[in-house]
Amino acid sequence: MIILKRMARNKGAIFGLIVVLLIVFVAIFAPVIAPKDPYKQDLLASLEPPSWKHPFGTDVFGRDVLSRVIYGARTSLSISSLAVLIAFILGATVGTIAGYFGGVLDEVLMRILDVLMAFPDILLAIAIVAALGPGKINLVVAIAIYSFPQFARVMRASALTIKSSEYVEAAKAIGESNLSIMVRYVLPNALAPLLVQATLRMATAVLTISGLSFLGLGVKPPEAEWGTDLAMARVYLEIAPHLGIFPGLALFITVLGFNLFGDGLNDALNPRLKDR
Amino acid sequence: MLKFVVRRLLLLIPVVIGVSIVSFSIMHMIPGDPARIIAGEGATVEDIMSIRIKYGLDRPLIEQYLRFMKGIITNDLRSIRTERPILTELLPRFANTAQLALVSIIISSVIGVTLGIVSAVKRNSWIDTFSMVFSLVGVSMPIFWLGILLIILFAVTLRWLPSGGKGGIEHLILPALTLGLATSAIIARMTRASVLEVLNQDYVRTVVAFGLPKRKVIYKYVLRNALIPVVTVIGLQFGYLLGGAVLTESVFGWPGLGRFVVDSIFSRDYIAVQVGIMMIATTFVLVNLLVDLVYALIDPRLRRG
Repeated sequence: MIILKRMARNKGAIFGLIVVLLIVFVAIFAPVIAPKDPYKQDLLASLEPPSWKHPFGTDVFGRDVLSRVIYGARTSLSISSLAVLIAFILGATVGTIAGYFGGVLDEVLMRILDVLMAFPDILLAIAIVAALGPGKINLVVAIAIYSFPQFARVMRASALTIKSSEYVEAAKAIGESNLSIMVRYVLPNALAPLLVQATLRMATAVLTISGLSFLGLGVKPPEAEWGTDLAMARVYLEIAPHLGIFPGLALFITVLGFNLFGDGLNDALNPRLKDR
Repeated sequence: MLKFVVRRLLLLIPVVIGVSIVSFSIMHMIPGDPARIIAGEGATVEDIMSIRIKYGLDRPLIEQYLRFMKGIITNDLRSIRTERPILTELLPRFANTAQLALVSIIISSVIGVTLGIVSAVKRNSWIDTFSMVFSLVGVSMPIFWLGILLIILFAVTLRWLPSGGKGGIEHLILPALTLGLATSAIIARMTRASVLEVLNQDYVRTVVAFGLPKRKVIYKYVLRNALIPVVTVIGLQFGYLLGGAVLTESVFGWPGLGRFVVDSIFSRDYIAVQVGIMMIATTFVLVNLLVDLVYALIDPRLRRG
């Protein structure tokens, strides 16, 4: 409850939460909200600027850009949430094991994470997609692998502090199994920082999906996706600059929403950090 | 100091080997038979066999890895597409990426540090609010969309600058600005926090109490200490710029290493992909090491850790 109250006082966090809820709503109800079919071509209405009929204009195939931006939320959020969920589970598992057992196992796991984090920005995701090929499933795999080290680090740090606490000692003394201790005590204690990480990772995942798609390595056309549509917009920028505006704006607002919400959540959970 | 340097160098070795293994395994994560995919559609069984033997894909993995590493060092490893030695192909592109990243980091340091200092000194003024909004926007801005917006503004509408390609300095401005703006937001945020922290120190309050003019306090006492962590952030960001350059290079058709890697993925030149990715990641690791060493050099307290 205290956390909710602290969040409510943070304007940025509230704004972020509203944006995230709005995007989720748009993604779920895309077929109802979208005024047109995002895949219906009309070559006579190609590259039209924004008008009452097409508020965001039309692309080179005469498809309604507004409807494509709305459906883009669906593509982006479905891939990113699945990927972040997998990364969350994988990272929490690896982090718990490394932190709880420590020793050589911890050392080996941490070195592997160091290697994965040695690839700057989206380079690791590019490397994975380079091998697996483009496509939605491979995108999920790439983003999950690229994101899970962050979760593992957060989880490990938390497991390290909890494992020497008195109630874990007590649980050990009454003979609870390691697995039961990890699931019942270690994991729940790390949930808050893991959730912050998940929100921030959603922002990165959305950026990575559109970035890879922009490069032609992610979601394949004709599927509506912001990065894919921006790649096409880049080609027609000279004659139809409006194409370059709206998918990017949607992408930017989504990322901003997740970042603001994640930062707000973080501040609410660690009030002492706030004044820094 | 020497002990610190040696320790850091030793820690680097497993990471660099790990990076090379991950990069090497790209070709072996390909679902199915890599030789068949390199041969392309409509290749005969003989074609596939000859490719398998040519690239040693029939050898044990360990042997393939050692051959791969040896090939890079002796520059015998050749691109699949152009058949030229891979380093001969990659190094000019690497130079282009480094040039772009260097100009970007200069732009972002100048903007970021200035904005950070001014907003910390004039806390809660309009410029502070502006700089906070700027950081927030910068962190969430998709880099390739920023590039597209700058093209719409400066190339399509105003017609001041070219929208892509490589040539004179005018071709460098937009990509460097694109790459640098997001980074400047991060640098501004860090600088502001760091200056604010030093401003609250006792010794600063003392010199203020002695009646030193504010300007002198800032330049002589505050900045000297506040900018140490900023140097680290700038260094780390430089490493990220090398990776982030992939998207910027694609937007502007800048012939750098990132774009080359992406093009090589499409032409199924897996050797170029492997070595290109390894080169970017290794540079990133080395830059980070350099930053740590420089940091330890300016701040002796860190040498012990």
